[in-house]
Amino acid sequence: MTNATTLKRPPTAPPARSAATENAVTTLKEHVVEIVSDSGEGAQRCGQSFGAIAAKMGNGVWTVEIIPAEIRPPARSVAGASGNRIRLGARRVSNGGDEANLVVAFNEQVLLGRVRAGELEADCIILLESMWREHSNAEIAASYMQAYDGLVKAGYRVYEIPMERECLKVVADTRRGKNMFALGMLCNLYSLDLQLAREQIALTFGKKDASVVRSNIMLLEAGYDWAAANLDFRFKIPAEQAKEPQIVVNGNMAMALGILASGMEVCAMYPITPATSASHYLSEVFEKVGGIVHQAEDEIAACAFAIGASYAGKCAVTITSGPGYSLKQEAIGLAVMGEIPLVVVNVQRGGPSTGLPTKAEQGDLLTAIFGSHGDAPKVVLAPSTIEDCFYSIITARRIAETFNMVVVVLSDANLATSQQPFRRPQFSDAWLAPPIDQSAVPDGWKPYDWHANSGIFRRFVPGQPGGMHTLTGLAHDASSHVAYDPEINQHSIRSRSLKLAALQKTLKPPPVFGAASGDLLVIGWGSTRGAIEEAVASLQADDHKVSSLHLTLLQPMPGGIKEILRGFKQFLAIEANWSDTVQEKLVDEANRRYSALATLLRSRYLVDIDCWSEVRGQPIKPGTIRRVILEKLCRH
Amino acid sequence: MVIATTDCLLRMYDDRHELEDYQGGVPRWCTGCGDNAILAAVQRLCRDENLRPEKTVFVSGIGCSSRFPHYMRTYGFHGIHGRALPVAEGIKMARPDLNVFVNTGDGDCCSIGAGHWIHAVRYNMNMTVMLHDNQIYGLTKMQASPTSPRGLRSNTTPHGAYLEALQPLTVTLGVQNVSFVAQAVDWIPDVLYDILSAAFHHKGFSFVRIIQRCPEWLPTMWEPWLHDPERVVLLSHERGLKIAADIAKIYRNRLQHDPVNLNGAREIASRLDPIPVGILYRNPDVPCYEELRHAGRLRPPQLIKAGLETEFDKFTIWPDEKHSRASPRTTRSADDGLLIS
Ligand SMILES: Cc1ncc(C[n+]2csc(CCOP(=O)(O)OP(=O)(O)O)c2C)c(N)n1
Ligand code: SF4
Ligand SMILES: [Mg+2]
Repeated sequence: MTNATTLKRPPTAPPARSAATENAVTTLKEHVVEIVSDSGEGAQRCGQSFGAIAAKMGNGVWTVEIIPAEIRPPARSVAGASGNRIRLGARRVSNGGDEANLVVAFNEQVLLGRVRAGELEADCIILLESMWREHSNAEIAASYMQAYDGLVKAGYRVYEIPMERECLKVVADTRRGKNMFALGMLCNLYSLDLQLAREQIALTFGKKDASVVRSNIMLLEAGYDWAAANLDFRFKIPAEQAKEPQIVVNGNMAMALGILASGMEVCAMYPITPATSASHYLSEVFEKVGGIVHQAEDEIAACAFAIGASYAGKCAVTITSGPGYSLKQEAIGLAVMGEIPLVVVNVQRGGPSTGLPTKAEQGDLLTAIFGSHGDAPKVVLAPSTIEDCFYSIITARRIAETFNMVVVVLSDANLATSQQPFRRPQFSDAWLAPPIDQSAVPDGWKPYDWHANSGIFRRFVPGQPGGMHTLTGLAHDASSHVAYDPEINQHSIRSRSLKLAALQKTLKPPPVFGAASGDLLVIGWGSTRGAIEEAVASLQADDHKVSSLHLTLLQPMPGGIKEILRGFKQFLAIEANWSDTVQEKLVDEANRRYSALATLLRSRYLVDIDCWSEVRGQPIKPGTIRRVILEKLCRH
Repeated sequence: MVIATTDCLLRMYDDRHELEDYQGGVPRWCTGCGDNAILAAVQRLCRDENLRPEKTVFVSGIGCSSRFPHYMRTYGFHGIHGRALPVAEGIKMARPDLNVFVNTGDGDCCSIGAGHWIHAVRYNMNMTVMLHDNQIYGLTKMQASPTSPRGLRSNTTPHGAYLEALQPLTVTLGVQNVSFVAQAVDWIPDVLYDILSAAFHHKGFSFVRIIQRCPEWLPTMWEPWLHDPERVVLLSHERGLKIAADIAKIYRNRLQHDPVNLNGAREIASRLDPIPVGILYRNPDVPCYEELRHAGRLRPPQLIKAGLETEFDKFTIWPDEKHSRASPRTTRSADDGLLIS
């Protein structure tokens, strides 16, 4: 993979605030743009459209949703920022990047939310709605002016934009429309094709009537023209055209498409953020190809429903997030014990308990591997890109059915809402689940004829004459008869465990990003891949002997890792979950809690793997990772 | 031609099933346990309906009663405590061609699985549900259940159960989409059989509460009812149960009740003594969830492929004309995108 997008700062735009019409175009390799508003004002749609237009022009894009935890946070509140972050690049972009270079804000409060979260670079360009300066409520006007002065003093380049006034020239209700004005401005500022933007609007509002499309296009053009006439800087990020068709969806949609493509027929779920949007999209499209999304009464029921469907038919899937995943544990154990194929998707969010419902975290790795009481071996996959989200479901279905196992797919809130173009997949019959076997079971076959070395067996599905047996969650023998015999229990648990070894033997060693030897190997899993590899690439460019390893199969881990570790002097796992730092007064080697992957790797490979992790609810930034790696290198 | 006829005759011969064809493992219930009577009635029903054992699934949770599937020679699913209903729903959704039966205890259905019970009534999927209501937790050795009568001494209520018993019939009849509710007692096997048969023939969620004796923990509980046929009231109607002459001779306490009458059913459901036995409610017109969801459609790969391509089209960015449209598309091959090989 070569996604070594640069970390270098873009050349700064002319700082002058004076409005001029000369079109000084600055060519950039990449830029990070944010659009924030109160929720309901459409900043998200503006951001998504902006990303889509840029992607259509061939730019690499990564879009991240900025979501308040409440559905309708109070208007003009610091915690209420809703919108999108779009990172545009000349080439493929693999993560949300570092601090924003340009922000469009519909009021100063949501903007302050982003400033305080440290999301803006030091001299970030800010395009701020100016209507509040003249607001009839003196308090609001004062708060606006105070914020404005503070931002200017802090060195941000603030442009006041009369969005409200300009929009009122086009439409009566600006709450629905200011976002398209903003989109027009951005298209002008980033030299995007206005015609593509019009087409995007037609696509977005196509289902509504023509007048809606027309007024939105008028707003778009108004924004475009206003920026052309009044702003004195332009950017251009020349795109390196992709040679193949690309599809642009977020991680959750990619998973839903993966479910479609896997041939699974039943998806049972209970609404929970951030997993729900996958089921929303799936509900729209699954039935057209004969699939069913069942919204169960709770997550336990959803899991049990999927297990029932799997048992009697093709492998089924249940989708959830943290709290729902916890509820499913007992049923997952049943699927393990009964050896029923099952795909469980956990779009991780911040935990424990209700935690951070809309924020990203990688806190469920150990529970995915070790969850459910007793010895409950499961397969755990973690997609690391939007493309992986699609293929991981197809892979999960296939493993589940081949090994009669539970396969957990660990995505997270970061992948769920991020968009990144990837090569349009080419359909293959091999993706689909095979038809349900209804042939007669030969005499003498048993429902659990565990293979002596691999534990693998052929399951009997209802409808197969001669295969009648009662599946049970109690300990059982090869005939599925309840058995409390010590030898049988020892043997059946061994057989279920061996399947992991059998699967592991089919895996290729994971590729190392960078040289096969060096001073430091950074190790990650899941959604942090883009940020880690970007940071590592930038350090490699500076002649640091750093490489990285990214795992997408966490249980079982592929072979060859021990050999990879031999090439390096030090190791650092980087992940978005908790670990103690040794700087803590009470923490030492005897009680330090390591991050999840570090814990796994330390115990398996007996290597002193250090870790760095954070749980700020945000995707880890490449700049942060670069700093952390440099610190680690300096300490030694 | 000749061969075909022979084949056909052979199959007809083969297709006839005897009781033994439905008998699985030897039941391990206590002597006199009411579950034995339910098992006998169900095996008779399967034989009389000539159900194909491989097309029949018994689903249960955990409890004495949930051992039921092991004693059938059909497919069975002995799952986890309280979750028999959602498992059965998943089975029915994936395979509407299967005959689905559920065996669940009063703890399994009315306590830990109560949420599922309410929703299962509302889904109204075509299955026959037997609530083995012994009014006690049998398997875990005599703890109070939600249906234990107030004052019942158990291991967790040594001074008597504190609360009034939950009434499964009134609860079920209160849920939207209820389509079949009946009550049986294990000690009148012929009526139990008739009720299960009616339940089986009803298309929808057929809920049969069976008052089941647990001689191990509550040996004397039902004695007064056993010895006094007057403490049972048989519900009869031309659209409900028809009472056989020999039964009618013993159980003379009878009530004409038309099962289309929901309010009447609710009124009868709230009577505890004498015990109403028969069909309280039946409405064949309530739609089944699996039909509303068009379960069991054929999904040829072509359909899936077409659906997928339509979706891909919505999100595709095509490269510039000059780049590719004319040239062959070099999209990735089917497998190199998979996480493993
Ligand atoms: C999650 C869970 N909690 C508790 C139990 C223990 N348990 C097994 S059966 C049972 C109650 C059985 O009562 P009932 O459902 O009435 O069935 P019966 O034995 O009376 O037929 C309990 C509490 C369990 N197996 N699983
Ligand atoms: S304990 Fe009661 S319910 Fe359980 S088998 Fe014995 S008699 Fe039947
Ligand atoms: Mg009971």
